[in-house]
Amino acid sequence: MEALLTMSPQALIAQLLIGLINGSFYAILSLGLAIIFGLLNVINFAHGAMYMLGAFFAWLALTQVGTWIGSPDISISYWLALLLAPLAVALLGMALERTLLRRLYKLDHLYGLLFTFGLSLFLEGIFTQWWGAAGQSYPVPEALSGAVRFEALGVVLPKYRVWVVFASLLVCLLTWWAIERTRLGAFLRAGTDNPRLLRAFGVNVPLMITLTYGFGVFLAGFAGVLAAPVYQVSPLMGTNLIIIVFAVVVIGGMGSIGGAIVTGLALGIVEGLSKIVYPQASAITIFLIMAIVLMIRPSGLFGKTA
Amino acid sequence: MSNANSKNGLRSTSGVPMLKVDDLHAWYGESHILHGVSFEVREGEVVTLLGRNGAGRTSTLRAIMGMTDRCKGVIQVRGQDITTMPAHRIAHLGIGYCPEERGIFAGLSTEENLTLLPVVAQGGMSLDEIYEMFPNLKERAKSQGTRLSGGEQQMLAMARILRTGARLLLLDEITEGLAPVIVQRLADVVRQLSSRGYTIVLIEQNFRFAAPLADRHYVIEHGRVIETITKAELPSKQGVLDELLAV
Amino acid sequence: MNTRSHTTVAPTTQNRKRWNLGVWLAVIALILAMLVPFQSAVYPVFIMKVMCFGLFACAFNLLLGFGGLLSFGHAAFFGSAAYVTAYLCKELGFGPGLGLLAGMGTSAILGAIIGSIAIRRQGIYFAMVTLALAQFVYFVALQAPFTGGEDGIQNVPRGLLFGVIDLSDDTAMYYLILAVFLAGVFVVHRIVNSHFGEVLMAIRENEPRAISLGYEVSRVKLLVFVLSATLAGLAGSLKALLFQIASLADVHWHASGEVILMTLLGGMGTLLGPLVGAAMVVTLHSYLSGVGAWSTVIIGLVFMICVTAFRRGVIGEIYAWLQRGKARS
Repeated sequence: MEALLTMSPQALIAQLLIGLINGSFYAILSLGLAIIFGLLNVINFAHGAMYMLGAFFAWLALTQVGTWIGSPDISISYWLALLLAPLAVALLGMALERTLLRRLYKLDHLYGLLFTFGLSLFLEGIFTQWWGAAGQSYPVPEALSGAVRFEALGVVLPKYRVWVVFASLLVCLLTWWAIERTRLGAFLRAGTDNPRLLRAFGVNVPLMITLTYGFGVFLAGFAGVLAAPVYQVSPLMGTNLIIIVFAVVVIGGMGSIGGAIVTGLALGIVEGLSKIVYPQASAITIFLIMAIVLMIRPSGLFGKTA
Repeated sequence: MSNANSKNGLRSTSGVPMLKVDDLHAWYGESHILHGVSFEVREGEVVTLLGRNGAGRTSTLRAIMGMTDRCKGVIQVRGQDITTMPAHRIAHLGIGYCPEERGIFAGLSTEENLTLLPVVAQGGMSLDEIYEMFPNLKERAKSQGTRLSGGEQQMLAMARILRTGARLLLLDEITEGLAPVIVQRLADVVRQLSSRGYTIVLIEQNFRFAAPLADRHYVIEHGRVIETITKAELPSKQGVLDELLAV
Repeated sequence: MNTRSHTTVAPTTQNRKRWNLGVWLAVIALILAMLVPFQSAVYPVFIMKVMCFGLFACAFNLLLGFGGLLSFGHAAFFGSAAYVTAYLCKELGFGPGLGLLAGMGTSAILGAIIGSIAIRRQGIYFAMVTLALAQFVYFVALQAPFTGGEDGIQNVPRGLLFGVIDLSDDTAMYYLILAVFLAGVFVVHRIVNSHFGEVLMAIRENEPRAISLGYEVSRVKLLVFVLSATLAGLAGSLKALLFQIASLADVHWHASGEVILMTLLGGMGTLLGPLVGAAMVVTLHSYLSGVGAWSTVIIGLVFMICVTAFRRGVIGEIYAWLQRGKARS
C-alpha cells in the first residue's frame, strides 16, 4: 500500500498505462469472443491462438518474408502488417469455420469449446515446433518510437504504448458503433437472437456466420500485431492471455458489446493497480474478482440472467 | 392425400399455381411431423389451414420456408421447385412469412425491425405507407421491438413483410391473444391485401375471423390434409368442420 | 453436457446380458493385471502410470460423462494433491498411506471451494470458471514457497506402507497402485449405479425437469464435483509417489486438457472408456516423448478429429456396434 502512496505520478501513471494496455487487449479479445459467441454459440478457445497468429504473421512479414521470396531486403512494415496480418488471420479463421466448425453447431455447445481447444493446442504446438518457445522480438516502428510528453499531467510516456491504447479504443468504439448503429449490425443482432427466422426472411445467415467469425478473429489478430512490439512474439502468448480473457468474460457476462469493452478495460486497470499494491498477487487478481462476482451476481456484471 | 385437391372448387384461373405443395413430408430431427401434405393456392386466393393443435399447420409453413430439419416432396412457387433450395433464397421468390411467435428481434428497435428484412420484389409498401397503415408503429419507432405490446408486435410482424414486396404471404395465427378491436383491424388489413391481389395462406384458430376472408379451407390432421372445403360448400359442411376441429 | 445419443449406461436388460461377458472379461483382466510384475512384455511402470491416469480420467468422467459437467480445470485437484503428498512425505516424513489421505483431503476441500463457485453457472460458463479457478491454483503453485516453483518437489520418498512394506520396491508399489486403482474405479461404479447416480443422470438429461421433480440439483452437482475432485486427487497423490515428483506440469491447463481428451477418446459416460482413453494417451505420450512440441500438435489434432468425427470414443463405438449387432439378430 505504501508503494501506492509514495510513488511519483510519473511512475504511477506509467504503471497504469501498462494496466490500460492489458485492459485494451482484454477488451478487444473479449469483444471478439462475445461477438462470435452471440451468433455461433461457440466459445472460441482458439481466440488466443489467433491473437498469437496476428503477432507472428506480423513478425514473419517483417523478418522472414524477404528470405522466402529471395529478396532478403524486402519486408512488410508494421503499418502494412497492421492490416494484412489480421486479414490473414481472418481468412484462416473463415476457412476453418466453413469447413470444420460449422459441423458442430447442431451439437452441444461444449463441443465447440473442445474443438477450438484442440485447435489452439495444434497452433501453439506447430509454432513452438517451428520457432521455439522463446519469444522473438519485434521492433517498435520508427514513427512511434520515443516518448511523448503530457504537460497537463507532467508525465512522459512511451509513444508506442499510448498508441496501443488509442488504437484499441478506436477499434472497440468503431466495432460498437458498427454493431449497434448500422444495418449490418442490425443483421448481427437479429441473427444472435433468432438465426433460423432471419434466414427464412431471406438473409444469408450461414455467410454472415462465417464473416462474423472472420471479424471476431480479425480483432484478435489486430490485437496481436499491436502487442508484438510490447510483448515478445511467442507461441505461448495467446493461451496465457485467453484464460484471463475467459475470466473477464465471465465477470462481464456476454450479454452486451459495450459491457465486454468496459469490463476488459476496467479489469486491466485494476490488475495494473494490484501490481503496484501487491505484486505477488497481481496474476490472480482477476480470478479473485471473478470468484467474488460469481458469488454475488452469477450472470456477470452486464449479463442477462441464464 | 391428393384426392383432397381434386375436389371441385378451385378457382379456375389460368397459369401455374402461386404455391403448390404435394405429398410434403417433414422432420424435426428424428420426429416425422408431416406425412404428405398436399394443397394448392392460385394467385390472388386466400386459403386457410385449419386443424387442431399439433396437427402440423405451423410445421407446413415452416417447411415451405425451409425451417425444418429435413423435408421431402414437392413445394413449388410459381412452378419453381423450392424443396431443396437453401433457406435464405426462398424468401426472395416473393414470400413473406409471419411466424406464430411473431419473431420480433430483440436488441433492435421497432424501426430497425421494420427495415431489416431484405426487399424481395418491387412494389412493396414504402415506410411512409406502412406508417400510415399502422400509426402505432410510427409512435414507437425508436422503442425496442420487444417492448411493444402484443398487438403492436403483431402489427410490426405484418408490417415488415409488407415492406419487402412479397406477394405470397404466409400468416400464422395473427390474431392469437389479441383484443377484438385489433383483431378487427387485422381483418381489415387482410381484406385490403386480398383485394389488392395478394395471395395469402392463413393459419387461424379463430374461425369467425378466417371464414369470411378465405376462398378455401384445408383441414390438417396428423400431418396431412384430410378435408377441403370451399367457401361455397361452407354452409353445408359446417357440421363436418365442427367435428374435425373439436378438441 | 448432453451425451444422450452416445451413452448407454442405464441398466437395461441388454446391459445386464453384456454384464456376463463383461464380468468374465473383468476377471481375466484382473488376473492379467496381478501377473504384470512377473512378465517382461510390458513395463510395470508403464501400467502403473496408466492406472494413475486411468483413475484420474475415471474421476473426471464421473463429472462429465455421468454428471454432464465439463470441468476444464481438473488438473488443479490432481496437482494440488500431488504437491501436498509430495511435501508431506518428503519434508515432514509422512508415510505413504497418510500422504495419500492428506492428498485426497486437500483435493476434496479444494473441490468443495471451486465447485461451490463454479456451480453458480452452467454449461460453457461452468467450464470457463473451472479453467480460471484452476489457473488461480496454478499461479499459487508457481509462487508458493513450499512447491519449489519451476523445479517442483523432487525425490519424494515412497516410504513404508503401514510401516512395513517398502514401496521403493516397484513390485510392492505396483500392487498398492493396483489396489487403490481398483478401489477407486469400484467407488465410481457404485456411485454411478446407485440412486444418487440415477438422480445425477436425470439432472444431466434434463435439469429443469429434475428441479421440478424436487431434486436438490445444486447439492447433487456439488457432491459429485467433490467426489470427482477427491478421486482425481487420489490419482495425483499416487502419481507423486510413483514418479516421486510433483511439478507444475501437474497443475498446468495442458493436464486438464489431457484428461478431457482421455475421456473423449475412450468414450464418455462409460466406465471403461476413460481407462481405455488413458491407456491410449499415455501410450501416445511415450511414443512422442522425444519429439518436443509435436506432441502438443498431435494431441490438438486428435482432439479436433475426436470432436468432429469420433465423439462416442473407442468404447462408445464398440458398444454402439454391439447394439447394432444385437438389433440385427
